[in-house]
Amino acid sequence: MNEPMDIAFRLNGRPVELTTDPGRRAIDVLREDFGLTAAKEGCGSGECGACAVLVDGTARLSCLMLAAQLHGRDLTTAEGLGRPDAPHPIQTAFAVHGAVQCGYCTPGMTIAAAELLARDPAPDREAARRALSGNLCRCTGYVKIVDAVLAAGAALRGEES
Amino acid sequence: MDADRDKGASPGAPRVDALDKACGRQRYAADETPPGCLLAGVKRAGIPHGRIVRLDTAAARAVPGVVTVLTRADVPGTNRQGIVHKDQPVLCGQRVRHHGDPVALVVAENKDALAAGLAAVEVAFEALPAVFDPEEALSPNAPLVHPDREGGNLLAHGLMEKGDAESALAGCDVVVAGRFATPAQDHVSLEPPNGLARLAPSGRLTMVVSTQAPFRDRFEIAQALGLDPQRIRIRAPYLGGGFGGKDGATVQCLLALAALRLPGRWIKMAWSREETFLAGYKRHAAVMDIRLGARADGTLEAIACAMCFDAGPYAHLSGEIMELGMEHAGGPYRIPHVRIEGSCAYTNNPVGGAFRGFGVVQACFAVERAMDMLARRLGRAPESLRLQNALRPGETSAVGVAAEPGTDVAACLNAALAHPLWTGREAWKQAAPAFTRRGVGLVAVQNAMGYGRGLPDHATAKLELTRQGTFRLYNSVPDMGQGNAAAFVAMAAQALGQPEAAVACVQPDTAACPPAGSSSASRTVYTFGNALLRACRTMAEKLRNRAALALLCDTPDRLVLTPGGVSDPATGRFVPLSVLAGFLIRDDRICIDQFVMPVVENPPDTGREFKLGFPHRYFTYGACLCGVEADELTGRVRLVQCLLTVACGKVFTLAGVEQQLAGAAAQGAGLALFEELALEGGRIRAGDLSTYLIPTSLDLPDIDCLPLPDDEPSGPLGIKGMGEVGIHGPGPAVAQALFDAVGLDAASLPITPEVVLAALEELTP
Repeated sequence: MNEPMDIAFRLNGRPVELTTDPGRRAIDVLREDFGLTAAKEGCGSGECGACAVLVDGTARLSCLMLAAQLHGRDLTTAEGLGRPDAPHPIQTAFAVHGAVQCGYCTPGMTIAAAELLARDPAPDREAARRALSGNLCRCTGYVKIVDAVLAAGAALRGEES
Repeated sequence: MDADRDKGASPGAPRVDALDKACGRQRYAADETPPGCLLAGVKRAGIPHGRIVRLDTAAARAVPGVVTVLTRADVPGTNRQGIVHKDQPVLCGQRVRHHGDPVALVVAENKDALAAGLAAVEVAFEALPAVFDPEEALSPNAPLVHPDREGGNLLAHGLMEKGDAESALAGCDVVVAGRFATPAQDHVSLEPPNGLARLAPSGRLTMVVSTQAPFRDRFEIAQALGLDPQRIRIRAPYLGGGFGGKDGATVQCLLALAALRLPGRWIKMAWSREETFLAGYKRHAAVMDIRLGARADGTLEAIACAMCFDAGPYAHLSGEIMELGMEHAGGPYRIPHVRIEGSCAYTNNPVGGAFRGFGVVQACFAVERAMDMLARRLGRAPESLRLQNALRPGETSAVGVAAEPGTDVAACLNAALAHPLWTGREAWKQAAPAFTRRGVGLVAVQNAMGYGRGLPDHATAKLELTRQGTFRLYNSVPDMGQGNAAAFVAMAAQALGQPEAAVACVQPDTAACPPAGSSSASRTVYTFGNALLRACRTMAEKLRNRAALALLCDTPDRLVLTPGGVSDPATGRFVPLSVLAGFLIRDDRICIDQFVMPVVENPPDTGREFKLGFPHRYFTYGACLCGVEADELTGRVRLVQCLLTVACGKVFTLAGVEQQLAGAAAQGAGLALFEELALEGGRIRAGDLSTYLIPTSLDLPDIDCLPLPDDEPSGPLGIKGMGEVGIHGPGPAVAQALFDAVGLDAASLPITPEVVLAALEELTP
């Protein structure tokens, strides 16, 4: 247990503060202190990608980040991308294109997709596969996830999917 | 390819669970952490076989934040869990039989205290001789895994026969013989096993568990801990994957034990990935010896197959898995003379258990490889030998069961043969980039549906009209990702003439839902779906009759359910469901119905030792094409093309069928090329996701799925189960493709770069 530290950051668009052990994992802070459970723990060692969140626009693994590293950052979880009644186009595309099965990898996949589409608005299938390669899925075989990422890109570009 | 895909991309309505999951709002068992919840963890053996000579928990109890430490002495009841055979201790008291065996249960206030408490449990063992090879385990001098057990290490043995295989083999023009092996496999559900439990002051035990079988779990817990199963309530929210790994107790009995000792407190147990590798169930490694004989014209005459399965130290469903493997060992072929012998051995390896494909993965690899050997010996193309011998409806299967009517395996093969991936294969192979070689393989597959004879494959479905005039269906079969909950909503909405938004779905809860069998065996949508549609029919009839009173209509049959109400086409009058619901007491607003899967009516006179689960009546058929590219310099193999054709009854939703087929093929491809636990002395050396490699998005092609026109009249809306059939093809199809590419004749999986390089070196001395 370390000396508690005051940590302030933006979380899903809102400024938040907490005082906590700076050595706690970011995934635990999100899930336990903020009740945000979209980031899932599939391995706890940075291999599966299910805990991915956007940190200043970059997909990062919250199981490998410490609470202290959140200070001053802008964090977005899958909950912050959109809600079922107002989903993000990536979330809509995942649902519409059948990219969601058990769904446990899905929030992390949408985060990886969000980072990709911000950097490359019109990726091809190979680029989408590369961007998703740090996120494991055991249900889908990835085909429909790639479909969804391309469709989300088209929707974000204002094209019909 | 992409253009074709886009053209065909009419995705239809999304699954009702999809958007909540995509938005991160779906709550899995792992997401439930009630305030004040304690954490439980397990001290595990860490040796393959030994006697516990000292177990001291005093230091662990003294760790600040540790609430209690429990051992075998704290377990009431039999301390034995298991689905059919009860041989697996909840906590080991005297002996441990594999690295993951549990010796103490620590409950703590927080993670740090739990870790410190687990580290402070002092346990010493006297090492015992261990056995890691199932065939060695069956030799007379092998160390005994269960010393007092009659039968020694032979957990199960059986024989399925038709005709006279030995005589027929002696008379065959051609006989090939081979020994084939498939490895253990980990499910790698993204959500590891986990759950919560609390014992209420009333004495009722409430649990939330990531489980495929909540109804059966109650009996397993009750038996192991000496409880009344009716006092146990289990909820099974959506699972983050299962694939068989959550069919049978993982955390259940341990959590229940902790809850009994700490009444009133919520207790949570969540296995880490490493603990899941260590303690979770695995697909059985198997070795299969086959002799396959034919006439000179390619007509199959006889097969003799001996299968040996590695059960690990506890039975789980090993005997039943062996049995299903044996039933499939003759493949989807017409073979008059058959002798299939199965044995299943206790060892000190990880515990074998249910895994998508359930013994069939092993059998299919062996028989398909033997078919390739035979085709070569006869100078025949592998696909033409398969087509020539493909089992037709009405003919008897290898184990003597008449094949049901419907689209058959020949149709599945022919559909693959007509596909551009097959017709264009020579040009594709010739276009191999420099320093690579390409090859294409095509195999036939089949998978039985349901539990089989002797164990009723049942479900009971409950449907409620709410006071508001919407519907609520009570799903009794957990959705581990296969989409059955969404399928049930869509089926009920269609049957009741309502939009899907008007049908809510309660996930399995033994206190609210009537019982049903497990989420397994390609049975879920077939069996529960049939029960649900019966309940829907009763509900619709009831509502028409009640509406007839309100609409002053004396021929209720002419009334129709329309969104939000019941209409009379003759008069144009309409009564809202909310009004009808207001007139009905709750009992009258509920319809419950049930279904049991039909079984083979005249079972063959063989396999009599199998009281549960033999034979099966309904099979789903398919064919699988794989195109591979082998790197001549590194031996690395890429799966570049994959096509699955399938006959699985009518297609309820194309996306749903594609999801199951592609996902299963991905798991099969992992087994074919990557997944290896690297067991050494019973210890898993590849026990995390950086060493045990499952396919990533870069390892798989755009898998193509082609369901054929088919109909199963006994199925709900004509469907058959198809959650498993897609997993069987990639192993043997990749092997055949690698023979085509580099002349490698693989007899075991996974086919690693080392093996491929060795084959390449033989080609270019």
